[in-house]
Amino acid sequence: MIPELGHFALVLALVLALVQAVVPLVGASRNRLALMAVGRPAAQGQFFFVVVAYVCLTIAFVQSDFSLQLAATNSHSATPLIYKITGVWGNHEGSLLLWAMSLALWTVAVTVFSRHLPEAFVARVLGVLGWVSVGFISFLLVTSNPFERLLPAVAEGRDLNPLLQDPGMIIHPPLLYMGYVGFSVAFAFAIAALLTGRLDAAWARWSRPWTTVAWVFLTAGIAVGSGWAYYELGWGGWWFWDPVENASFIPWLVGTALMHSLAVTEKRGAFRSWTVLLAIGAFSLALLGTFLVRSGVITSVHAFATDPKRGLYILALLVIVIGVSLVLYAWRAPRLTGGGSFGLVSRETSLLANNVLLAVAAASVLLGTLYPLFLDALNMGKISVGPPYFEAVFVPLMTPVVVLMMVGPFLRWKTDGVSPVLRRLAPTLGAALVIGTGTAFAVDHVTWRTVLGLVLAAWVVLASLQLLGNRLRDRSGAARLSARLRAIPSAWWGMWLGHLGIGVFIIGVTLVGSLDATLDVRMKEGQRAELAGYSFVFRGVQDADGPNYDAARATIGLYRGERQLTTLTPEKRLYRAQGMPMTEASIDIGPLRDVYVSLGEQLEDGSWIVSLYYKPFISWIWLGCLLMALGGIFAAADRRYRRTAEHRSTAAVAAAGRAA
Amino acid sequence: MKAKFLVPLVLFLAFAGFLAFGLTLNPREVPSPLIDKPVPAFSLARLDAPETRFGAEDMRGQVWLLNVWASWCVACRQEHPVLVSLARQDVVPIVGLNYKELRGDGGIDMRGVSLEDETARSIQRARRWLADHGDPYALSVLDIDGRVGIDFGVYGVPETFLIDRDGRIRYKHIGPITPENLQQVLLPKIEELKRAG
Repeated sequence: MIPELGHFALVLALVLALVQAVVPLVGASRNRLALMAVGRPAAQGQFFFVVVAYVCLTIAFVQSDFSLQLAATNSHSATPLIYKITGVWGNHEGSLLLWAMSLALWTVAVTVFSRHLPEAFVARVLGVLGWVSVGFISFLLVTSNPFERLLPAVAEGRDLNPLLQDPGMIIHPPLLYMGYVGFSVAFAFAIAALLTGRLDAAWARWSRPWTTVAWVFLTAGIAVGSGWAYYELGWGGWWFWDPVENASFIPWLVGTALMHSLAVTEKRGAFRSWTVLLAIGAFSLALLGTFLVRSGVITSVHAFATDPKRGLYILALLVIVIGVSLVLYAWRAPRLTGGGSFGLVSRETSLLANNVLLAVAAASVLLGTLYPLFLDALNMGKISVGPPYFEAVFVPLMTPVVVLMMVGPFLRWKTDGVSPVLRRLAPTLGAALVIGTGTAFAVDHVTWRTVLGLVLAAWVVLASLQLLGNRLRDRSGAARLSARLRAIPSAWWGMWLGHLGIGVFIIGVTLVGSLDATLDVRMKEGQRAELAGYSFVFRGVQDADGPNYDAARATIGLYRGERQLTTLTPEKRLYRAQGMPMTEASIDIGPLRDVYVSLGEQLEDGSWIVSLYYKPFISWIWLGCLLMALGGIFAAADRRYRRTAEHRSTAAVAAAGRAA
Repeated sequence: MKAKFLVPLVLFLAFAGFLAFGLTLNPREVPSPLIDKPVPAFSLARLDAPETRFGAEDMRGQVWLLNVWASWCVACRQEHPVLVSLARQDVVPIVGLNYKELRGDGGIDMRGVSLEDETARSIQRARRWLADHGDPYALSVLDIDGRVGIDFGVYGVPETFLIDRDGRIRYKHIGPITPENLQQVLLPKIEELKRAG
């Protein structure tokens, strides 16, 4: 009964999404306030019914109702409660429902936080979001119904993929989807603005916090996913250039470009058609990511749906959404020329250069991801593209991005001179070269990659400090330091933290890439192994069975010299329902290094294969991501997005600009 | 409408064309040049009777499976119960190709091991493994140095070849056979070949 209720709620949600898609747009074009006003309640009603559908599905999972096809294939009566709940999205149908729910949530957020926007504009935004919703909910109902019954029911379910039975999977998909789907708001704002032909500073200002918040979710989602891969896959890697990882990384790169481009459009009125294109691009690439994961055109560990009918439906959706947007763009964008002019040396130029580089980086990751598909389509054989390609392309593209990223904030808008910039930054750059190269020699690993990474990291950190120093000195006067710190707007801190996060991230990536050490050894009770100055003493293996798996748990003492630091307990699990073996790594996490142990096979003589890893500075990778996300939160929380008086004056300026 | 603003649209449409074509392809399918070709000729010692030799021509007139296995192969252990239950159904004879039993096991120091030693130890290990885990094979042959494996294009153990009455390879499965693979792909293909007469 409950699944049927959910199914019915989803149908109602589709009806309301259709209302939300049609009525406000008609109202906006005929200038009828009553019709425009339908958008908000329709969107909120749609959200309500999608949530009801989602809750119904969750109840079926929690109650282990194996007459529901989805629960029978993705849950098990002995699965821990939390993984029964997260199992809802550990499959194609459920994760699409989660997609639809996050879209509805973003739409409701728009209805709540858009009181100060013109009614016609909100109506158009809600209409666009409504169409996207119609596409996804109908996709669910037509090809991927999560409420499909399995009659007769089976006695026991097949359980959730053990790889997904992990704390990281509890938050990774919701964060990632909130990020992906969040770009739909910037997209809807851009389409609404294209429809009216009014892409002004006010539009950019309205779009900025939405884009930034979506970007924060996406950053956090990718970081959590990479952390999950690090400790769950059992060999200590943190990024694999897997097609599905790339599918989330490409929108991140374009979203990063969009955030910065919006800043220029808001402050200077420049880059307007480029900004619109990025707004369309970020969401289109998020849709494309969904297509790649869900259609099965690309093999990946993550890709679970390989049903050509579904692939065709998503492709059609993709062509309609992106195609219509680009037609609209081709029609409207030619009017958008103009905007503030700027000199060759200016903050605009640095932002534009970084924008272009980020877009090229996104395109090259996309090319690498789809290259095997292209070759196959042209009948030129099957190949796979691996990390060497991505690293060879990515490092040279991102190096100038990182350099320019710290030059930009020192430049003035509109125009600046070469010599004052050099005067300000040459000493910093010199110091970064010395410190970076010196550190590479100090850690005794002088390869061009290590030197480059450390120099870039030193550059980001030093320039960040200099930037903060300048900012505080500028406010020289009677005010005390604390007052001067408080006077810095939140958006500035956002920029500062985000950029500093990149520096911290580079430190982690470089040092773990250069200095990590690995050892695979056979160990018997009482045996000792040495790696990177640490000793590992194997104390034996006991049974440690969980609710839905059998496990062997090794106890390994970790020593530095004769002092015991901790005891590590890696496990080898066999999940009963799927008969799938899993390694559960044990990690001693530290600020300057992780020590990572995973348990391999047992050998015939009773000894075990144990993999030992020493991972210096690896937590800095995620610390960097955390700083970036925190930067995004500060940027989005800036007071001026909440001040309506200022927005009116900006709108007036923009109107005057259009008249001119 | 200026031409340059149409560029994104045109690029996207070309791109969508590729994606549409991609839907018709199966990325999991790795083509084997051996499909529909005759089984490579071999003559190898039998595991149960090392003094007698066995070759593909001995199976002529029958539909049969050739399964590549080794005691050191972890995935084989995963696949093994499926093969044992298939053997019990008596649908199709399974011939085991024991592949590099000793030298394939990364944990063994092969320096100073003579071919006779290697053969003797391989036979002992392989027999013990089948005794422990059950023997689904009509018979197994020993590919001590892996040369026959090369002829078959083996690049990961386990692999399974389906061979028809005329001695042609009709299907190749890479990796462990799961119960789903068996029900949905392998058994239908076997039935089809048997019916073909």
